[in-house]
Amino acid sequence: MDLTNSRKTPLFDVFEKYGGKVVDYSGWALPVEFEGLIPEHEAVRNAAGLFDVSHMGEVTVKGPDAFKFVQNLVTNDVSLLEDNKILYAMMCYEDGGIVDDLLVYRFAEDYYFIVINAGNVEKDIAWMIKQSQGYDMVFTDLSNETAELAIQGPHAQTILQKLTDKNLDEVGFFYCARDIEIAGVNCLISRTGYTGEDGFEVYVKPDKAVYIWEKLFEVGAVDGLKPVGLGCRDTLRFEAALPLYGNELGADISPLEAGLGYFVKLDTDFIGRDALAKQKEDGLKRKTVGFEMKGRGIPRHEYKILSGDKEIGYVTTGYYSPTLKKSIGLGLISAEYATMGGTIDIGIRKKKVAAEIISKRFYQKKYKK
Amino acid sequence: MKIMEGYYYTKEHEWISVKGNVGTIGISDYAQHALGDIVFVDLPEEEESFDRGEAFGAIESVKAASDTYLPVGGTVIEINESLEDEPGLINVDCYENWIVKIEIADLSELDELMDSAEYEAHISEEE
Repeated sequence: MDLTNSRKTPLFDVFEKYGGKVVDYSGWALPVEFEGLIPEHEAVRNAAGLFDVSHMGEVTVKGPDAFKFVQNLVTNDVSLLEDNKILYAMMCYEDGGIVDDLLVYRFAEDYYFIVINAGNVEKDIAWMIKQSQGYDMVFTDLSNETAELAIQGPHAQTILQKLTDKNLDEVGFFYCARDIEIAGVNCLISRTGYTGEDGFEVYVKPDKAVYIWEKLFEVGAVDGLKPVGLGCRDTLRFEAALPLYGNELGADISPLEAGLGYFVKLDTDFIGRDALAKQKEDGLKRKTVGFEMKGRGIPRHEYKILSGDKEIGYVTTGYYSPTLKKSIGLGLISAEYATMGGTIDIGIRKKKVAAEIISKRFYQKKYKK
Repeated sequence: MKIMEGYYYTKEHEWISVKGNVGTIGISDYAQHALGDIVFVDLPEEEESFDRGEAFGAIESVKAASDTYLPVGGTVIEINESLEDEPGLINVDCYENWIVKIEIADLSELDELMDSAEYEAHISEEE
């Protein structure tokens, strides 16, 4: 594959050493897999996997109006945050469509760290800057100065603990710890994750990323740590029903349609609030559902969803689930058909294959709370 | 990468071996490696007819679906039903575990396909 024009993360040089199969992903040269999608998926479910997620974007917002700005920017209630706590939220357009989903870290009342999706960095930052007019604060894009490693899986804490004096039991779910030494290197760590398992993100200066990667394998190999790629990142997040921008989320999809109403606090004031409040009052026309194939076939992104001969929606993500050993999917369909236990058809090539609407909780998440 | 002498290959990485006017069709070692762990094989019905180059089914790994094309036109006379329950057999041995057998409509269409040497050159270009 020609990766000449792809951006390289600080870890690019170690991918080959670890057997990574590198592809272009949203303009970044990243490993889709190392040993293979299924063994990597299983490593994260049963032991631990290490992802390079340095392509993600990071910005900070600092100053007297930082809180007011972030609160106006995102759907969730930023006032719920205390120092070092993290919030999942979405940025919306005025019409309620989603600009991006993101994580907001509160470092201090006047200081926030926001993590955004790689493919959306330019769009998000342009949007944030546009919204920042009139606020007394400083907005800084740290994307190029930050490498990010994600260690995920039931052994993640055991492994990371070997490299730090910080008691990781003190870092709760959706909390972060700043200025922590990992193998003697100053890092920001957080306990969130995108696989349905317990795990940590380690944010570090780019020139220390390879060192941290290698140190984690030095101490983690005995605990089953494996390098893992974007392939299993998608199957893992999908089994845990965690949404992906471009699949479950998009400018033409509202957070309510995506089933993320919990992260939309209509009693706060934010961009898109009025449109979402109206959508809720009028009743949703589309809903995101989970489904399981009853006939033979694997649903894929953008396949049509039908009821009889009527097109009622499309598949947002579908896979043969490596953990559950069956074909399942998420789809956005007309609300009138979104009934638990209801039957729909998926258009797979020239056939219509029956599926049953089931709970989106395909996989019971194992977060350490 | 295993390539079989005496077999014909397509650019889309199907192979066909021929006895009389019966063609046995599968996917190449290169294709099964590229797809990774195969979790589903979409097979046609017996007696279905397809033109040369027409999709007769699909092979799917966890990450992707890939259509399978008939190297030459013909009618399906047998499908490998064992792939319905054990699609991963193709990863184990892609030549032993064929997908369909067809009655070839026009043997002259074989001339359009690559022989093993040409196919070897073709995949070295793709790599």
